[in-house]
Amino acid sequence: MSPRVGVVTFPGSLDDRDAQRAIRLAGAEPVALWHGTTDLSEVDAVVLPGGFSYGDYLRAGAIARFAPIMTSIIDAANDGMPVFGICNGFQVLCESHLLPGALTRNDHLHFICRDQKLRIENTTSAFTSGFNTNQEIVIPLKNGEGSYIADERTLDELEATGRIIARYIDGNPNGSRRDIAGITNEAGNVVGLMPHPEHAVEAGFGPSLDGLTFFTSVLSRLVNA
Amino acid sequence: MARVAVDVMLKSEILDPQGKAVERAADRLGYSTIASVRQGKRFELQIDGPVDAAALASIHELAESLLANTVIEDFTVRVEDN
Repeated sequence: MSPRVGVVTFPGSLDDRDAQRAIRLAGAEPVALWHGTTDLSEVDAVVLPGGFSYGDYLRAGAIARFAPIMTSIIDAANDGMPVFGICNGFQVLCESHLLPGALTRNDHLHFICRDQKLRIENTTSAFTSGFNTNQEIVIPLKNGEGSYIADERTLDELEATGRIIARYIDGNPNGSRRDIAGITNEAGNVVGLMPHPEHAVEAGFGPSLDGLTFFTSVLSRLVNA
Repeated sequence: MARVAVDVMLKSEILDPQGKAVERAADRLGYSTIASVRQGKRFELQIDGPVDAAALASIHELAESLLANTVIEDFTVRVEDN
């Protein structure tokens, strides 16, 4: 049986269906998870998709972080379950303190939507193990609050421990500290990424197929587990 | 009924683009003495019962866990009407 990867739908999630499609194209079985449930017994990994959960009220991700399913996801993540937060999902992971730092409004104030070049710098995390070190990829970026921020000590630690999984190259689109596009936790099972790999998984749709590797990476980890 | 206000502001070292936009608009309108603007959030909580030490402690807990993200924001708690 192929591994089952849950995709959480919060009120206001937008990219949950695209994430499910990416998981299917990667060869795993997507499982829709409603935010009101606490049961993760049917899944081997979880994706928190992009969108505007709870309308971004209070702060992006701040209300979703207290959804019933997040209690289970925080426990499971601390026990090693792979968890991938994309865009709004990354914001939820920071609000949950599963990842350090925070995402704030783009420094130029504009919502940005474009194809973005990234350099993959970590090839050991649950969602980046299929990449080559320093591989350059292009996937869509679309957000208003994508500027990653953390104190200097945290940024130094992320760099020193190889936990910056991807950096923006050819121009920083939002003022993110040290051009950070994505990070992972110490164990490498929790990954947050601001751009959208799930929109670059199928020929004819999106700028590349580069996004698929995030999903095949976790699949190979689950199959080999 | 007692009323408690929680004010949440971005930390001073965090860029406040909304405040900056308001600042620029104020300048355009001719308010030349306004040197800078910071924009924050204010939460007004109606409290059942007296605002004693226990109630204040629980409001602080709420502010720290939900109302503010202490990575980027500071908050103050003020009893407005007890």
